[in-house]
Amino acid sequence: MSRDSFSLRINGEYRKLEAYPMERLLDVLRERFGLTGTKEGCGEGECGACSVLINGELVNSCLVPIAQANGTEIVTIEGVADGEELHPAQKAFLQCGGAQCGMCTPGMIVATVHLLEKHPKPTIEQIREGLNGNLCRCTGYMRIFEAVEKAASLGTSR
Amino acid sequence: MQKERIVGTSALRKEGIAKVRGAARYIDDTSFPDMLFGATVRSTVPRGRILDIQLGDGIPWDEFVIVSAEDIPGENTIALINRDWPCLAEKFVNHPEEPILLLAHSDRHLLTKAVAAVHIEYEVMPSIHSIEASEKGDVVVWGDDNVFKKFQIEKGNVDLTWADADFIIEGEYTTGAQEHLYIENNGVIASFTPGEGLTVWGSMQCPFYVHKSLLAVSALPEDKVRIIQVETGGAFGGKEDYPSMIGAHAALLAMKAQRPVKIVYDRMEDMVATTKRHPSRTRIRTAVTKEGRLLGGDIEFTLDGGAYSTLSQTVLSRGTIHAGGPYFWPNIRVRSKALATNCPPHGAFRGFGAPQSLFAMERHMDCVANAIGLPPEELRRRNFLRRGLTTATGQEIREDVDLNHLLSQALKLSDYDSKRERFERENPTTKKKKGIGLAAFLHGSGFTGSGERYLNSVAAVDATPEGGLRVLVSSTEFGQGTNTILCQIAAETLGIDYDAVEIAPPDTHIVPNSGPTVASRTTMIVGKLVHSAALGIKQTLQASGLLGEAWTTEQFCAAAKAHVAKYGSLRSDSRYEAPPNVYWDDEKYSGDAYPAFAWAVYVAEVTLDTVSYSVTVDNFVAVQEVGRVLNPVLATGQIEGGIAQGIGYALYEKVQWQNGRMANGQMTNYIIPTSQDIPPMQVHFEELPVASGAYGAKGIGELPMDGPAPAILNAVSFAAGKGFNSIPLMPEDICDSLLVKPIPEEAVVA
Amino acid sequence: MRSNPAEYEFVSPSNLAGALDLLHREPGAWQPVAGGTEIMVQYSAGRLGARRLLNLWNLRELKEIVESNDSLRIGGGCTFTQLRERSAVQNHFPLLVTAAAWTGGIANQNRATIAGNIVNASPAADSPPVLLAYEAELELISATGTRRIPYSDFHLSYKKTVLQPNELLLAIHLPKRFAGWFSYAQKTGARNAQAISKVCIAGVGKLRGNRVKALNIGIGAVAPTPLRLRKTEQILLGSPLTQKTMSEAVQALESEISPIEDIRSSVAYRRQVAANLLEDLLSSFSASEQAG
Repeated sequence: MSRDSFSLRINGEYRKLEAYPMERLLDVLRERFGLTGTKEGCGEGECGACSVLINGELVNSCLVPIAQANGTEIVTIEGVADGEELHPAQKAFLQCGGAQCGMCTPGMIVATVHLLEKHPKPTIEQIREGLNGNLCRCTGYMRIFEAVEKAASLGTSR
Repeated sequence: MQKERIVGTSALRKEGIAKVRGAARYIDDTSFPDMLFGATVRSTVPRGRILDIQLGDGIPWDEFVIVSAEDIPGENTIALINRDWPCLAEKFVNHPEEPILLLAHSDRHLLTKAVAAVHIEYEVMPSIHSIEASEKGDVVVWGDDNVFKKFQIEKGNVDLTWADADFIIEGEYTTGAQEHLYIENNGVIASFTPGEGLTVWGSMQCPFYVHKSLLAVSALPEDKVRIIQVETGGAFGGKEDYPSMIGAHAALLAMKAQRPVKIVYDRMEDMVATTKRHPSRTRIRTAVTKEGRLLGGDIEFTLDGGAYSTLSQTVLSRGTIHAGGPYFWPNIRVRSKALATNCPPHGAFRGFGAPQSLFAMERHMDCVANAIGLPPEELRRRNFLRRGLTTATGQEIREDVDLNHLLSQALKLSDYDSKRERFERENPTTKKKKGIGLAAFLHGSGFTGSGERYLNSVAAVDATPEGGLRVLVSSTEFGQGTNTILCQIAAETLGIDYDAVEIAPPDTHIVPNSGPTVASRTTMIVGKLVHSAALGIKQTLQASGLLGEAWTTEQFCAAAKAHVAKYGSLRSDSRYEAPPNVYWDDEKYSGDAYPAFAWAVYVAEVTLDTVSYSVTVDNFVAVQEVGRVLNPVLATGQIEGGIAQGIGYALYEKVQWQNGRMANGQMTNYIIPTSQDIPPMQVHFEELPVASGAYGAKGIGELPMDGPAPAILNAVSFAAGKGFNSIPLMPEDICDSLLVKPIPEEAVVA
Repeated sequence: MRSNPAEYEFVSPSNLAGALDLLHREPGAWQPVAGGTEIMVQYSAGRLGARRLLNLWNLRELKEIVESNDSLRIGGGCTFTQLRERSAVQNHFPLLVTAAAWTGGIANQNRATIAGNIVNASPAADSPPVLLAYEAELELISATGTRRIPYSDFHLSYKKTVLQPNELLLAIHLPKRFAGWFSYAQKTGARNAQAISKVCIAGVGKLRGNRVKALNIGIGAVAPTPLRLRKTEQILLGSPLTQKTMSEAVQALESEISPIEDIRSSVAYRRQVAANLLEDLLSSFSASEQAG
């Protein structure tokens, strides 16, 4: 098969590439664009370590062929901070101990950003649901819930 | 007492900013030019003789680097304790997924096809897949009798206690395998040049363990093997032993290819091929008075070790020593053994034998309470260890631990009494039965007995030419907070800001060997060495006149910089010294097993839905005495994470074995709790500082693994009105049990 | 990642007609893929047999939700998130919102489509029992036209459906006739989120006086296909809900289902829990009458 041309906006930057349409968005981000913040934990859409936003929606990038991301706006963990200034979710994760080994953290923070955009002052049930596709093996989730609540209180208008 | 500035505060995680930015680099985030990918061809049978290996058609084999056992320059062994674990199978395989052949190529996709194109013919041999089958001895798969190791602990004379007992209670308790499921799979990159030698970067807990193993495999001199730990995405013991194996594989390919080789497992390979927690079976027989005083206990503790011995003897050791729980046994005997079966060897997993034996003891205590008609908490109170009493190994408790107080705290925080009363009242008329249960336990910090002396750990603190202060240890960060805690300790001791202290990368060419990052020893033992090394730096600077009686951080760093400029370096090393009056007998397996114990009481509140037989944990209380909390956020996070793993261990995580192979090697089918499954947790610390620990701290990394499963099963047994003694406890098991006529869970003889 | 992207053909027609044309000219040669939450898992694991994929994700014609006075037409390409957020679904078919919320986690709900869930034909899928209870009709489309069939006629046997090689599932039609009805749905899985069903059940019903006037029950994961429990319903139609009739209903259930043992659960468990869920459904149904 041959490669096709695709273009998409990643963290605000317009990018073009030649790729096989069935290359996974996860692999394109990591290998083609060096955006290694997005992780592969399972390759089956279960762990959420590969979570990114496509047109503002949370998805598992290991399950998206690059062809289906053509013409979309992608936000990865690298695009969450505003340059040097950390996003409130990142500050909160730091202060509350929301990251231990850090492997689930990029996906977890992207999911948090997504959650707070939908529910700026989420209830604990909404937090639990909003993160239900992001598995963490280290924290037991408690510090993460606290981080999300703290991020909500810090305000998240971007 | 002097108030500390940094120790005891929630200093921010040293590498936290990188982690929340997604900038932390794990091994799969790194590539080298000219790098090849490596993959492993593995056994498809549980036991057999390799008859023939064919490289199939359709693959350009001449483009591949292929390594077999014959290519190993040194010993074909991954040396941990014994030397029975082959790096690559040669004539025989003893478990499914045993590594046989290694392939490397620059095209990862072609590599996957190549692995599938290798055809291996086996003469299948009989294999065994349970403790019972191994014990039976009909099929011997290891040594003369399938026994990796045995221990026996004796205190007093348990055989004389049966006659005086008002009650003799027996029970059998089993635990299943558990998969670590760190979110980052195992991975390494190896590079070799004849000039520099071998370098291996990877996800690991113990760079010097990998170093030792690779010396044996590569036959290279010590200074020509260099191991560097990189950011590691979770470990829990699963990267204590296994990195030596995957590291050796990448090293062999790199040595043959003379190009860097990266091996990173995908989730399925990691799940089916690497180590798991040892399954266990414990049989307990106890003699008790009608007042609930323990007279004697006879415990048989057995572990399934898998196909090779690896770490089984030390897991067995810890499980054996913890088997008596936090109770005073005037008489006790523990006979333990680790057996061989034909599945991938089991290995280290947080708790390391103690979760298994403590599960049994804490379930048993509830069964005893039930049998003699005493409330479970009261039975504990009447038998707790305290100052002056001795453990099963004869170790005298020399601190004022007050387990009664911990228990009272836990019961209060969990509203135990009123909930118990309410649940008892309401359960008969509801489909969702509620239960509440407790577990009391202990966990020894550091290596057992003479282990720390044997490790002979060294930690150092030095200054860079710029005047930056560095901690130099081989202790690794994998989420538990090593970097943060050790820098806090150094900064506190040096009297400077936390931000002025860095920690050197765990590179065997740079750092001294402070021992492996295991056994809940890093804060307590290595932290203490860092503390004394930092004292050494301070003393040196003061002695040299560069530092006065008080200083700012800037002044300290300027002094350090000046010292380096003047003398060429500033470094202080500190070597482990065993605390005085700590004596352990390796022959009799008695004496002071650990320099310190942490103590805990956990309470779990559950709902058992009798429509679906599912159990959810609704609330969890964890009260523990830990010496000293050096960083409240980190410490709380460790406890909560351990509780979550304990909940998984009890209710969700089942390894489905098919002839020694894990059949459910995907995250879809190996179930860990999500954010919607975890209860609110209350974590409460008490502190009895120990002199042998940094700033009084004991170890806490593994402690929280020991309590949840028995507390939960005690709660479920309450809710169901029926005892459950086996984990993981699945809804299917509860369904089967509730639908048959109840049989007595323990034999009671008066 | 155990598949080689270079070996896959992937075409993205710009409209539905283009997709149907391709399927018509080369029936059986193309594997349609929408959200990919099933197909991409197989692909990553090296288990995807198909090599030629037809992209449905961007086809607007599949994403329309149209409400009329008496029915709701849901485009097959609607994601579970879209179903959850649509007020017409919330108001008239609340069990479909429930089932959508059961499916995977949030990220997967943003991609998984209702048509994908149906045509993938897993017996354990989350939406089928609800669709059966709500008397869904499927609108199938090919280059030569459309046809509508009751969803209860869609599944033939395990993973076999009446969908022809040149057809796509265009839309699901739900009749708006369940206002004020009793409704119940329960899923039993290994955990609270991201769990494949061990048993899932959905039911809607109406009582007149104390007798069952209508009762539709759909059940999943206990047979080779999702099932509408017609025999069980028949036992109860026109009868009051008593211990006796409920017990007869459970017996009828036993004869309708044929659960298997698999990696997730056992025969005995599925059988028992199916019976428990039915009992729970019926007692809730009975209690709903007392509640008015």
